[in-house]
Amino acid sequence: MVAWNKLKITVHTTETENYLYTNNFDIEGGNFSNAGTIATRIKSILKEIGLPNEVVRKSAIVCYESEINVVSYARKGIMTLTVTPKTVEIEVIDEGPGIPDVELAREQGYSTASQQIREMGFGAGMGLYNINCYSDKFDISSEVNKGTFLKIIINIP
Amino acid sequence: MDIETIAKKLNLEVRSASDRLKNNVTGGYTGDLLSDVMANSHEGDIWITRQVHQNIVAVATLKEHAGIILVNSCEPARDTLEKAIQEKIPIMVSSLPAFELTGAIYNLLGKKD
Repeated sequence: MVAWNKLKITVHTTETENYLYTNNFDIEGGNFSNAGTIATRIKSILKEIGLPNEVVRKSAIVCYESEINVVSYARKGIMTLTVTPKTVEIEVIDEGPGIPDVELAREQGYSTASQQIREMGFGAGMGLYNINCYSDKFDISSEVNKGTFLKIIINIP
Repeated sequence: MDIETIAKKLNLEVRSASDRLKNNVTGGYTGDLLSDVMANSHEGDIWITRQVHQNIVAVATLKEHAGIILVNSCEPARDTLEKAIQEKIPIMVSSLPAFELTGAIYNLLGKKD
């Protein structure tokens, strides 16, 4: 769905053309004053579409965590929301430092957050772990000094 | 039980959205790690925390919390208050530490049921 010229990592496309809704949302790195606004907007959109509460709840959590990651670590990012009759798909691509060891980063408690970020109650190593817990499919790829790409799928029962 | 009742019984000082004190409190969550609160709190919870920065309002808005109570007489930062007024999230201040406040609210909600 999204293309980022500077990033040479594989960007998958939505598996179906049969979508109900799709949109891109820009995320500004380092701007904590707006952190969470994209997730809040997406939650409202999903509610308006009339998805089950559990799907909305899971989507809000994974969107929030992805958004906070971009704000905390990257220069900028784009979140793409695509709703199909069977899935909510969230793709996040950022331009930033990347993650050297994505498997390690997925583990609960692992974090490279600065002291300042930790003092705000972020950076506890729960972000990617929460995304993993509250999604049905979660792929992550990253290139150091380029950026990170997340693809998250939540099934609609 | 609404926020107003809890605020009166526990001498909470209301700092924002005083017109939203009829919000119904269905449960509570205590925590300072935002990812933990995101993952484990529920709609209608009263959130008890020591964090005072503006991102608590984003979490409370997203999770549709009934309100936020700051412990140990901690005051919300100015931009936190501005955001809370804008998002209509009641923020209250308690002189109690988190453990005691959580226990008191737990008992109040328990009596109601």
